[in-house]
Amino acid sequence: MLAYITRRILILIPTLLGVSIIVFLMLRLTPGDPAELLLGERATEKALNEVREHLGLNEPLHVQYGLFLKRLSQGDLGETIFTRQKVWIEIRQRFPATIELSILALMISCCLGTILGIVSATKQYSIFDYASMLAALAGVSMPIFWLGLIFMMIFSLNLGWLPISGRLSIGIDLEVITNFYVLDSILTANWAAFKDSLWHLIMPAVTLSTIPTAIVARMTRSAMLDVLRQDYIKTARAKGLSQFKVIYKHALRNALIPVVTTIGLQFGVLLGGAILTETIFAWPGVGKWMYDGVMQRDYMVIQGGTLFIASIFIFINLIVDVLYAVINPRISIQ
Amino acid sequence: MKEKTIISTKDPHDRHPMLEQISQLWRNKTAVLGLFIIVVFILCAIFAPWISPHNPVETSLYDQLKPPVWHETGTWKNILGTDDLGRDTLSRIIYGARVSLLVAVFSVGLAFVTGTLLGAISGYFKGKIDSAIMRVMDMILAFPYLLLAIVVVAYLGPNLRNAMMAIAITYVPRFARIVRGSVLEEAEKDYVMAEHALGAKKRRIIFLTILPNCMGPLIVQTTLSMASAILDAAALSFLGLGAQPPTPEWGAMISRSRALILRASWVMTFPGIAILLAVLGFNLLGDGLRDALDPRLRD
Repeated sequence: MLAYITRRILILIPTLLGVSIIVFLMLRLTPGDPAELLLGERATEKALNEVREHLGLNEPLHVQYGLFLKRLSQGDLGETIFTRQKVWIEIRQRFPATIELSILALMISCCLGTILGIVSATKQYSIFDYASMLAALAGVSMPIFWLGLIFMMIFSLNLGWLPISGRLSIGIDLEVITNFYVLDSILTANWAAFKDSLWHLIMPAVTLSTIPTAIVARMTRSAMLDVLRQDYIKTARAKGLSQFKVIYKHALRNALIPVVTTIGLQFGVLLGGAILTETIFAWPGVGKWMYDGVMQRDYMVIQGGTLFIASIFIFINLIVDVLYAVINPRISIQ
Repeated sequence: MKEKTIISTKDPHDRHPMLEQISQLWRNKTAVLGLFIIVVFILCAIFAPWISPHNPVETSLYDQLKPPVWHETGTWKNILGTDDLGRDTLSRIIYGARVSLLVAVFSVGLAFVTGTLLGAISGYFKGKIDSAIMRVMDMILAFPYLLLAIVVVAYLGPNLRNAMMAIAITYVPRFARIVRGSVLEEAEKDYVMAEHALGAKKRRIIFLTILPNCMGPLIVQTTLSMASAILDAAALSFLGLGAQPPTPEWGAMISRSRALILRASWVMTFPGIAILLAVLGFNLLGDGLRDALDPRLRD
């Protein structure tokens, strides 16, 4: 088991290095002078030379990469071009918003997805089965930026039930401690803010959860169907156990193994895919920050954001792999 | 007296396996529905100039924000209404099919060729080449969902061609893995060893003998990838990183219509439905193909 975990961690390092090489090369390979790209066309020659010295742009490529890695190890991701803030600080400020959104979306997709999948599997070929699988297929076929706009149109503009964008309404004051608004409002016993922040979370979270819910539902259904066909289930039924016990005590435990992996992977996808949802709902997370950076051609933002999101994604996949090995001991023996 | 019994030596169930697969696919009604949707989509794309009622880029200040025909003020001239520049929505959707089809075919085609080549080389020659190629694939897979495509287009410049290349890059690992797995499996078998012993060139062995055997999963992956490619291209265009105005692309149309969400919701709704239907069609067909062609699923 330990050997497997060690092996997986060792593979992590070249992957992370590879990602850093790709991100590093992107700026150097962009058509145009990197210093000019960073400072803009109207920069003075003196400023351009300063940047070139600072980033070592006059040095050979491998020396530049070494400098890049050295700065990374010190946690220096540079400064944004337009706001002159430290990239790392900006990410740290915005990441809690993205996590809040992703966690709620993950919880929704976990619960809804597994329930839909289990019921579909136990009532195979029923109307419920066909309907939910069709809905799941529609879910993965739908552009989520469009779905978000439709939700906004129906629930915010036409019905007025939910707020249109942002994390908190204008009139609400919240003392920010952890930057997780829901948590902060509980910690400061600010119930108006608690309700308000949850209200703001609903639409983006539901939008973001559509695709993972659909994928989890399909995965659960197919895993359950595989398990329900097994002999030990027939034995359990022959023993006279109720349908409920058969499903929840015997079948589910084994069916959940691939489902847990899927859910874990979806968390990584959520973090990456939040860019679209955050942009539509003006959610001040890392995704929207990246989008703004792309629009403004702020290459330091793009570089820092990409490195950060990709690293998180890689770590989550590692945790999911290890978890899978823990649950399913057969994997680690290979 | 000898009785002559005529025994037919042809077993009616002994058809060509491909015919068998096609008939199994036909029995799957949802797959047929998917195929139908795709055919409509392709026909729209090819015959756009003939089907489309108006010119998709021609603006008309008199016809701004006209509602669809079923509204009180709608007319049959603009069945699905017009946008803020007076351009007919239906025409833009029909021409948008062209752009989406182009992107899907180009991206997936490029990824297919590159991925198959890399996978075949990786699986056949094994060793260091295999490790190197698989490391590169892992690096591409290390980026979640659209991030790599967004970054590539952000650096290369936002236009449709770069978007297609970016999407193609992110799809290469899917194909490479399938082909590599298949090649690894088949290369050990006797018929391949026999060809090798007969002196056949490696190229011939790989392409004429091994590859035809992994066609099934490849076809399934191609179909499903076309579905994702349409979605990804729409997403990139929505973010302003794909098709540039005035090119009619469904994602770009949705992006432009964000400001009109209250006044003219039709400008936003119909392109989204178009994306949904096109992607659904490919997904339905892909699922059906997977059931028909993937021997592991057959009982």
